[in-house]
Amino acid sequence: MATLTYRDALNQALREEMQRDPNVFLIGEEVGVYQGAYKVSRGLLEEFGPKRIVDTPIAELGFAGIGVGAAMGGLRPVIEFMTWNFAVLALDQIVNSAAKMLYMSGGQIPLAIVFRGPNGAALQLSSQHSQAWESWLAHIPGLKVVAPATPADAKGLLKSAIRDNNPVIVLEGEMLYNLKGDVPDGEHIVPIGRADVKRQGTDVTLVCHSKTLAVAQKAADQLAEQNVSAEVLDLRSLRPLDEAAILESVKKTNRAVVVEEGWPHAGIGAQIVDLIQRDAFDDLDAPVQRVTQADVPMPYNKLLERAAKASPEKVVAAARRVLYLE
Amino acid sequence: MATKVHMEALSPTMEEGRLVKWTKHEGDAIKSGDTLAEVETDKAVMELVARADGQLLKVMVPEGTTVPVGNIVAWIGKPGEKVDGDGAAAPVPKSAPAPEQRARSAVRSAPASAPQPTPIAPADATRVKASPLAKRIAKDAGVDLKLVHGSGPGGRVIKRDVEQAPTAAVATTAPAVQRPAYGAQRTPYEDVPLTQIRKTIAKRLAASIGPIPHFFLTTEVDMERGAEAREALNKQLGEEGGKISFNDIIIKAVALALVQHRACNAWFQEDHIRYWNEVHIGMAVAIEDGLITPVIRNADMKSLREIAAESRELAGRARNRRLKPEEYTGATFSVSNLGMFDIDQFTAVINPPEAGIVAIGSIVAKPVAEGDRVVVRRRLRLTMSCDHRVIDGATGAVFLKTLKQMLENPLAMLL
Repeated sequence: MATLTYRDALNQALREEMQRDPNVFLIGEEVGVYQGAYKVSRGLLEEFGPKRIVDTPIAELGFAGIGVGAAMGGLRPVIEFMTWNFAVLALDQIVNSAAKMLYMSGGQIPLAIVFRGPNGAALQLSSQHSQAWESWLAHIPGLKVVAPATPADAKGLLKSAIRDNNPVIVLEGEMLYNLKGDVPDGEHIVPIGRADVKRQGTDVTLVCHSKTLAVAQKAADQLAEQNVSAEVLDLRSLRPLDEAAILESVKKTNRAVVVEEGWPHAGIGAQIVDLIQRDAFDDLDAPVQRVTQADVPMPYNKLLERAAKASPEKVVAAARRVLYLE
Repeated sequence: MATKVHMEALSPTMEEGRLVKWTKHEGDAIKSGDTLAEVETDKAVMELVARADGQLLKVMVPEGTTVPVGNIVAWIGKPGEKVDGDGAAAPVPKSAPAPEQRARSAVRSAPASAPQPTPIAPADATRVKASPLAKRIAKDAGVDLKLVHGSGPGGRVIKRDVEQAPTAAVATTAPAVQRPAYGAQRTPYEDVPLTQIRKTIAKRLAASIGPIPHFFLTTEVDMERGAEAREALNKQLGEEGGKISFNDIIIKAVALALVQHRACNAWFQEDHIRYWNEVHIGMAVAIEDGLITPVIRNADMKSLREIAAESRELAGRARNRRLKPEEYTGATFSVSNLGMFDIDQFTAVINPPEAGIVAIGSIVAKPVAEGDRVVVRRRLRLTMSCDHRVIDGATGAVFLKTLKQMLENPLAMLL
């Protein structure tokens, strides 16, 4: 067990999987000589050479297509997008090629491919570079979507993603790359589709993923001071969703607040609420609340940006509502 | 945008209203709360009030027209503003309103702050808002949610309410036939779910005689002392006026007897019986084209003089059809008097959801045996109609006995 940053945990996962399987290669903008815009691929060009660490022009649709073709030929490409905001240009390859190929070939052509990169807002990158795309991606049958919140989950989920025989979306976070945490050495696998109770509680379930884990944890600290015991459930995977874990927690606490980075309309939280109202109806003591980004393009202004984001204070207020403490 | 003025449900049962008179006219300035028109409902002539400020732009319905509840009768807006659907919104005289129209109007009028008829019989007696979890816990524990106070928004019963519900709510028992005086009760009534035997009685007897299985108990009351007391009291009041009638004395006696017999002061409510902790006496008053029962509220706590003044005033307005809905709804028991028409005795029909009514005949001087002598006494025959789903024979009989004792010895009312 070592204490690593999130970026180094991803780096470790990439290195170990590339050592383990010669079919794995990394392709994207600045992944080689520059060692990644966020240094996730540090030292990999040196170790694996330019055939397996491939720098590309600024052409997301093109290199995503190269990846899809390589995967059709039996390789296991890892596509790095500098951010998911840029990956919108490659959505045709992701949605129309990668996600459909196994289905439309009658099961003949599996695509073992990973699309990864930072997702959601960082700080003052304004509307076009501060978007959380998970509800877009999790909407698509044929894709798996994971969103690790800790260094250990980042390593374990990236390794699972690379070994999976389906297209897997790995949503990272610019603000998470420097996050430090204990990461098990070597063969550390986090199965896709398994949520994790990051904090036990009895009064309300805070459902979160990726960056909103930290938001939920801070909210749980504040709630503890108000004698409210909050359970923090980190989804980790958004597709498939760990429905059993969500229902188990809500059946224990009878109340839920779903926290996400994205916008409210048709967000991931809406999917969670749908599940809870359908399968835990008789266990609910209050309507489920959601905390999301404000329903606006992310403002550039620092104060407005802060006001637009999901915050611990908003989560505490929502938790108090479902507990009828308002 | 201009605001529509709808024909509103001005009484709990109103489905249409006749626009008697416009008190405002096109072009008049209107403030929210102003009376726009007088509307005759099924019960009384009521005021239709404005819900918006502005100018009365257009009157859609001429005086004398009958309009279904929910229809547009006028428009209020800014001077010169166009109102849409001038023609389309024409009244549909005398035709039944579409159900959805009625529903919409009910929803619309609910949150209005202007005076609204208060339905005294709450429609929510069987509809309890509760969280799904609270419902499940209550079901498992056998708690009747109707008896649990909801602390959530809008009175929603939530988990903690069920968990804190007193055991009384868990295991309610059928009320005893005899009840102690209940002046100290803090709630206006108590809902008691029907026991199986009461359900069976309700079903079988209703099948036998109609929706309300009536039975009748008659007793004859000696009114000598009652008459003397009335004469003395009226002499005392002298020139002050406000004479006390036999009817007033009977209303007071009925109210006090009900205090001792809550089992008769009740409403039948389909799946439960509401035992009232307050006594509101409905007093049948004949009016030109029918009958209406204004209510003397808390009659047990009022003096004879107050009852006399109130009953006279209510009866007067009833005859002029000027009663407000809250003045003729909500009685817990009723009294009907045909004594002035020389009727010896009769049976009155129960006014649901009340469970009983007492019919009062004439006070007649007649020979009666007193010991072994025959003497002439002023006598009164009372007939109580009982809803057998609520009141059994013995229950009604003991109530009637108390009432008889009170009337025969009016001093007992001072106790």
